[in-house]
Amino acid sequence: MIAATPDELMIAAAAAELAGVRTVFVGIGLPNAAANLARQSVAPDLELIYESGVVGARPTRLPDSIGDPALVSGAAATMSMRDLFGGFLQGGRIEVGMLGAAQIDRWGNLNTTVIGPYDYPSVRLPGSGGACEIALNARRVIVVMNQSARSFVDRVDFVTSPGHRRPDGSGRRPSWAGAGPTAVVTQLGVYHFGRDGEMELSGLHAGVDEEAVDAGTGWPMRRAEAVRSLSAPSDPTLAAIRSLLA
Amino acid sequence: MSSKVVSLREAVAAHVHDGDTLAIEGFTHLISFAAAHEVIRQGRRGLTLARLTPDLVYDQMVAAGCAAKLVFSWLGNPGVGSLHAIRRAIEAGQLAIEEYSHHGMVARYAAGASRLPFFPLRSYDGSDLAAANPLIRRVASPYDGEEIAVVPPLNPDVTIIHAQRADADGNLQAWGIVGVQREAALAARRVIAVVEELVDSSVIRADPDRTLLPGTVVDAVCIEPFGAHPSFAQGHYDRDNRFYREWDAISREPARLSAWLDEWVLGLEGRAAYVARMGPEALDALRPEPRPSGSVDYGSYR
Repeated sequence: MIAATPDELMIAAAAAELAGVRTVFVGIGLPNAAANLARQSVAPDLELIYESGVVGARPTRLPDSIGDPALVSGAAATMSMRDLFGGFLQGGRIEVGMLGAAQIDRWGNLNTTVIGPYDYPSVRLPGSGGACEIALNARRVIVVMNQSARSFVDRVDFVTSPGHRRPDGSGRRPSWAGAGPTAVVTQLGVYHFGRDGEMELSGLHAGVDEEAVDAGTGWPMRRAEAVRSLSAPSDPTLAAIRSLLA
Repeated sequence: MSSKVVSLREAVAAHVHDGDTLAIEGFTHLISFAAAHEVIRQGRRGLTLARLTPDLVYDQMVAAGCAAKLVFSWLGNPGVGSLHAIRRAIEAGQLAIEEYSHHGMVARYAAGASRLPFFPLRSYDGSDLAAANPLIRRVASPYDGEEIAVVPPLNPDVTIIHAQRADADGNLQAWGIVGVQREAALAARRVIAVVEELVDSSVIRADPDRTLLPGTVVDAVCIEPFGAHPSFAQGHYDRDNRFYREWDAISREPARLSAWLDEWVLGLEGRAAYVARMGPEALDALRPEPRPSGSVDYGSYR
């Protein structure tokens, strides 16, 4: 079988992070593929919940948007957004939120709003959507994003979705909030967070070395006690990913 | 009760005025492009446009010069990229923005619907959004002193929603993703409902749980089949994902966007002409196979 692409490595690694999970808040793209893969393997009871209010979707095709009609047909429930964000997300009923970002810092702060100053941005990004409250209210958060020195930055230009501390290292999460980002999956490896809330490298994809991680990080990346070599996805896993993306 | 059924042209003329705050809601699903196009044709100006996701519908209205301000929580073409006309207008200083998160917008409509002074939510702590938008504030709970984020009510002058069906009294039924439709309509001073089909009241009354809004809150009912295209109506037609992708190239170039508006909005009488221009093949390609729900027994009581 043809070797895994960077996207496929990310999907496989993100799916592994969902082992045993029952409720996940997902978007389209890689998180959606990862959640579907997890449901077929390490998290058979996983229910996919979308921002559009669809709970327990069983899509017969890969959705083009989080409001795809194929997510509704055959789903367990369609809820109003007031119920979804209020009683469901804020009520602590989402175990894992999956988020992406244009920028992340060492504390797991995510920027999806602007590159440059807010009033005069060089790039205007989509903004929060539900990400800010997902980051605060999901019991934990898995971040899936591409890594480079431009996306893993010393200071994010804007905190859309809060991580463990403010960008300057001050403050802590509010007492009512969930655990925040617990894992970050990129095309280079997998990262977790130390007790003080700082990101650390904990796994490298096959064929990636620590130099590539350092080159792709805008601050000195801390290492976990042991940095694992992640095994390449097996042929059946790759076949499952490719059938999800087909 | 006299019928609320009017043409979309009459409804927009009567209810949408220059300078109004207008919400054409619908989360991906049931977005009334037909109404947006009628607002463009009638040349409304200075509107404040509120929507969680401005989507193509507001990109088109901003390009047509209808808007002075945008109130939103996620600004993009879902699964595709940017909304180029809106981006250009913001960069040129022609369009003011007021930005929230999804729950913030939902909470604003909820406060508006219940005529509350604000709505508390567990969000924004540790985010820069509150610094970017001074209307996101904090209050202390009178019960335990805990500080919590609050957002102000949103009461649109007009909310326009699309649904699968209504009767002549304006009793409105929708299924599939209902998003924030109910709250956005209850928060509004005036409500226009655009539907795929007009049905007899007996159809509505056979299944009251499916009623999104009773006719008492609806001011006008307009019948416009395919009125949500390129958005979708569950069970009637699919989302036109190809058009959403094509829009990226159209809206990227002002001249091409202007030509598109001439051809598909300004040069047409209304939605029926738009549908005729799409042609039967394009419509058929979007129709799903049937997948009817079961039915429930409400019982007949003596």
